[in-house]
Amino acid sequence: MSAYSDSAPVPLSRATANVVLRHEAGLHARPAVKLTKLAKKFAAKIALATSEGGPWIDAKSIVKVMAAKAPRDTLLHFRAEGADASAAVEALVALVEQDFPDDG
Amino acid sequence: MSDNVSLVIVSHSPDVARGAADMVRQMVGDEVKVAHCGGAPDGRLGTDVQKILDAINEVWSPRGVAILVDLGGAETNSEMAIELLPQDRRARVVLCNSPIVEGAIMAATEAAGGSSLADVRATAEELSPR
Repeated sequence: MSAYSDSAPVPLSRATANVVLRHEAGLHARPAVKLTKLAKKFAAKIALATSEGGPWIDAKSIVKVMAAKAPRDTLLHFRAEGADASAAVEALVALVEQDFPDDG
Repeated sequence: MSDNVSLVIVSHSPDVARGAADMVRQMVGDEVKVAHCGGAPDGRLGTDVQKILDAINEVWSPRGVAILVDLGGAETNSEMAIELLPQDRRARVVLCNSPIVEGAIMAATEAAGGSSLADVRATAEELSPR
C-alpha cells in the first residue's frame, strides 16, 4: 500500500551439501562440540541430517547434534538458509573433511 | 571473553569439580570462563557457601553466570550463595537442573556462541535424564 512497500526484499540465499563423516569415532562429543560452535558463527539457519529424508536437526543445538550419534561413514547432509548460507555450509563441510582439527 | 556467560561447577568432591572444569576447557575451549569448587571447609566431601560465592565472583560476567551442581547440598548452598550476592548480580546467576558434567559441556558450548543466560540454561536442561 505504501509507496515504499515495493522495494525488493533481499533474496534469501540457500545452500546444501553432503559430506561423508570419516572421523573414527563418528560424531561423538568433541566433534559435535566443534561442529556446533562453528555453526553458531553464522547467522544462517543451519540444519543437519544423517539421511536425505531427515529428520533435520538444528546444527546449532549441541544437545541435538550429539544426540544424533552419527557413526563413522555416515553421509551428513547440511542445508542452510540466510545471507551467509553458502559460507556456512562450506565451512562445515571443510571441518568434517579435515577431520575436526583443533583450532589454530 | 567477558561478553559470554560464565560457568561455575559445584560438586561435593573438589576432584569432580576440577575434572568437570577440565573437560569444559579441553572440549569446548577457553572462550567461556569456568570456575569450580567442591569440598566442605574441613576438607571432607561437601560444599561451602563461601567457596561458591568466591567462584561466582571469580568468573563474573555481565552476561551472567550459570551454576552446575551435583547433589542436594550443592544445590541448596548454591542458592544460598546467590542470595548473598549484591542485588544487581543476583538476577544474573542461575542454577541449571542438569547432570553436572554433561550439563557443563552443553552449557559451555551454548555460551561459547554468545548465547544469553536463559539459552545457556535451557540447553543444559534440555539434556535431562530420560
